[in-house]
Amino acid sequence: MSRNKQEEDPRINGIKTKIRVVPDFPKKGIMFQDITTVLLDPKAFKDTIDLFVERYRDKNISVVAGIEARGFLFGPPIALAIGAKFVPLRKPKKLPGETIFEEYELEYGNDRLEMHVGAVEVGDRALVVDDLIATGGTLCAAIKLLERVGAEVVECACVIELPELKGRQRLKGKPLCMLVEYR
Amino acid sequence: MQSIVSSYHLCLAHPPPPVLCQRLLCHRIPSIRLPSRRSTTSLGLFTCAAVSRESEMAAAAAAKEDGQDPRIPKIASSIRVIPDFPKPGIMFQDITTLLLDTEAFKDTIDIFVERYKCKGISVVAGVEARGFIFGPPIALAIGAKFVPMRKPKKLPGKVISEEYSLEYGTDKIEMHVGAVEPGERAIIIDDLIATGGTLAAAIRLLERVGVKIVECACVIELPELKGREKLGEAPLFILVTSDAA
Repeated sequence: MSRNKQEEDPRINGIKTKIRVVPDFPKKGIMFQDITTVLLDPKAFKDTIDLFVERYRDKNISVVAGIEARGFLFGPPIALAIGAKFVPLRKPKKLPGETIFEEYELEYGNDRLEMHVGAVEVGDRALVVDDLIATGGTLCAAIKLLERVGAEVVECACVIELPELKGRQRLKGKPLCMLVEYR
Repeated sequence: MQSIVSSYHLCLAHPPPPVLCQRLLCHRIPSIRLPSRRSTTSLGLFTCAAVSRESEMAAAAAAKEDGQDPRIPKIASSIRVIPDFPKPGIMFQDITTLLLDTEAFKDTIDIFVERYKCKGISVVAGVEARGFIFGPPIALAIGAKFVPMRKPKKLPGKVISEEYSLEYGTDKIEMHVGAVEPGERAIIIDDLIATGGTLAAAIRLLERVGVKIVECACVIELPELKGREKLGEAPLFILVTSDAA
């Protein structure tokens, strides 16, 4: 029964029309998917969260992990609504105390994603949330971090997918739920 | 786990709740205090036709309990203090442990929502990045838009920016042009107010485009750093106070 894309829900089109595409940001040739305009529309923002909450509320999710920084916009409302803890996954040196990290590739060079030691426990059922999936590098790093500490990653949830970048194939076999595709 | 636990001071006043103990480094240094009366602005200053009776009753009940919302102690105890981060001498107030406590996180949001839901707030502005965790749930619950205020070069398209001082040098925060309109009523959210530099810059940014700042709201205040004094006429509402160092 599970569909990866909520195709027929009438709220989807309302959300899609609110996403602003900004050409040549952060550099020439990139069509940047700006979700801040969705956040400016209370109905569109609420619909976005509701769609994810409806999907996950009966799936016994105990952790919502959100990727800094735009994953912090969508993850906490979902976590609060489904009664899960929220775990921020952050760039290096932002989290105080003991952390573990996972490296991932950028176009030029590498970066790291960090998570607090002890935030997630063995057997936790986790959702990973970000605004958008492009190459899937960051999401893959997030999945690895959660699995290393014994959590089960149930699904990745993004508002937008850029399917041509094939990020879906980099999720270690985990399913992806997204609301809007941009080709 | 033992080696991690040993690097934290034990909470002397009360043993931490057992659930938190099993999970994470939940020991609190007793410098987290419950807020005094002065730091929670009286609900009586505002009126809301729809729920004024409810608010009054809640305020009366709270006043009965020594001015303390009964949810506050649990919120306070869920915050972890990390010494010497990001540098020696600083006691870092880590709210990530609050986010791991589903009841404490919900209560935190509920307290803010109850305070702001009938004040005609159309804008919740949140300062990157921890303001992004508390702002959106509040915005969603009160039907306001959420406006992210970000470090330079993160927001695409046209932005306006405001500079503020750091200990050494300056930084900037940015907001999208057109995100807010003159006459809108806003609250500004961050996890913590220290020196008040970032919040003051956020206030200036919003006021430059004609927005009225109804209040600044933070989970934690470090009152020794006198951040409140930088906020001009904007009131400050906080849940928990703590020592800076």
